[in-house]
Amino acid sequence: MRTPEILVVGAGPAGLSAADAAGSLGAEVVLVDRSEAAGGQLVKQTHMFFGSKNQFAATRGIDIATKLTAQVVENSRVEMLLGTTVLGYYPDGVILAERDGRLLKFEPQRLIVATGAAEKSLPFPGNDLPGVYGAGAVQTLMNVHGVQPGDRVVMLGAGNIGLIVSYQLLQAGVPVAAIVEAAPTIGGYLVHASKIRRAGVPIYTSHTVKKAYGAEALEGVVIEAVDEHCQPVPGTEKDLAADVLCVAVGLTPLTELLFQAGCDMRYISQLGGHVAWRNDDLETSVPGIYVAGDVSGVEEASSAMVEGNLAGVCAAASLGYGGGRNGNESEPLRLAYLEQLRELRCGPMGAKTRDGICSLTS
Amino acid sequence: MSRITSHPVLDFSTDRRLVTFTFDGRELEGFEGEPIAAALHAAGVRVLGHSPVLHRPRGFYCAIGNCSSCLMMVDGEPNVRVCVEKLREGMRVETQEGRGELRAHS
Amino acid sequence: MLSHTGIPTAEDIEAVLPPEELRASRRLAVFECFQDIPCDPCAAACPYGAIASFDDINDRPRVEAEKCIGCAKCVSQCPGLAIFVVEEHYSAQEALVVIPYEYLPVPKRNDIVAGLDREGVEVCRARVVKVKNAVAQDRTRLLWLAVPSALAHVVRNIRVEA
Repeated sequence: MRTPEILVVGAGPAGLSAADAAGSLGAEVVLVDRSEAAGGQLVKQTHMFFGSKNQFAATRGIDIATKLTAQVVENSRVEMLLGTTVLGYYPDGVILAERDGRLLKFEPQRLIVATGAAEKSLPFPGNDLPGVYGAGAVQTLMNVHGVQPGDRVVMLGAGNIGLIVSYQLLQAGVPVAAIVEAAPTIGGYLVHASKIRRAGVPIYTSHTVKKAYGAEALEGVVIEAVDEHCQPVPGTEKDLAADVLCVAVGLTPLTELLFQAGCDMRYISQLGGHVAWRNDDLETSVPGIYVAGDVSGVEEASSAMVEGNLAGVCAAASLGYGGGRNGNESEPLRLAYLEQLRELRCGPMGAKTRDGICSLTS
Repeated sequence: MSRITSHPVLDFSTDRRLVTFTFDGRELEGFEGEPIAAALHAAGVRVLGHSPVLHRPRGFYCAIGNCSSCLMMVDGEPNVRVCVEKLREGMRVETQEGRGELRAHS
Repeated sequence: MLSHTGIPTAEDIEAVLPPEELRASRRLAVFECFQDIPCDPCAAACPYGAIASFDDINDRPRVEAEKCIGCAKCVSQCPGLAIFVVEEHYSAQEALVVIPYEYLPVPKRNDIVAGLDREGVEVCRARVVKVKNAVAQDRTRLLWLAVPSALAHVVRNIRVEA
């Protein structure tokens, strides 16, 4: 049985930030991730990130992953265990994990869950055909493994992920036949859309996929227009040849551990699905369990990093490490991180998250 | 589809070695340590199995071990998530029809 | 409309162009940034202080065109690849447009490429005047393109012919 002061589950931007923040205040931290490499979804992001200097703006996602990982590796109070899959949270507060075929047991004083989010899927005929892939899968294939996902892609979804992955496909030499978006407007940043449009990729707003077809694998996609009630408009079908249909219709938080731990869970659609109720310090209804990053609400990597910092600082302070080196290190940090989150969320793009958090905590 | 050799942002040069493995009896090549699904995809293989009841073709979906779409038999072991399982020299990879049968381990 | 198509209209562009009297004689950055998103690295990118630092990172950039010398340092720093540099009267017949470029193959100086508009449609042949790929640009190449004068505010991408 291992008894670290703080166990952080998930070494994406939120978990890496949480571990470093808590360790920097002096807490003893173990950080685990099921993947062989730290960085979470950042390792697939070849584009420059937004936000401000504190969130590595204008730095490419892959390089942010490298920097955050290096910080953690250099932090003497943090032990990072990769290739370590957390299997469950047991009623006695023990967390079971698997590593190299062996079971590890953890009984930490504080737990920070930073497990991120997973692709949603969409029901339509043919959605199980080989060639219908989640957006993350397409990114993993081309940006991590260096394999082209296909010869011609239709992208479903014009949120940031759909727009960014379309651009990355072009960079990998794979043509994108079209981006299809059910809403009447483009949901992602318009600058991402503009980049894609000037590369000649059409964006069909108010359209949805009618069916995907192919004998043993995807050969084409039929799309059709939808009206303002999201109902198909007859006679508007377009048949697009494609061997990859990339589904980028949103993410939903990976909350199994929080359900198992008995946290108060609520369904908040603006945050992506079920999330744990949490206070401003990101502590859930179960004392000692914190959340950070997409698992607390699907958002952006920039806010994931800041939430990780916030949860790490609060968890460490709750164990008595709030003094840090100069007697009161944690409180100014906590306030600074709260202010950074407010700044990231106060514009029009942050409205959905603000509404979601409001519904959750009211 | 093929392996990406040049990219405006990423560097795919590698010192991993190429190893051979079999897929349903066919000899294929891939990089040691990459996920089996990546090696198969680079070789043009996208159908990884068929569903248990309706025998519909299956490929991968999430590519990071979440969704169970990519389950194949590897060296006789069923239900291996090939999107995360690392390729080793001489592996015997087979499409899995249906749910797979667990071997008895002595 | 931009939020439907992803393409700024002529009116959108007109609203962000630097003052006409400056454009006539100078090489100036044009910020095709039309949405309040949390993003501010352009301000720190400008060595001449032409971009005011942000009070609220959701604001659009506030630019003092008088201070801009068209060096294009901001062009490679914008995460949205939304900044361009334009000199309307580069030569008697040509305008100069500097674009960020993150595809392969990268063209070379003196290459003739297809000049594309904001919809990706070829509107002219463009001559590559200069290519820059400094370490500080972090793999966002910069291309200086000579295009017909009339297309100074139209050409925003290229296609390299095989």
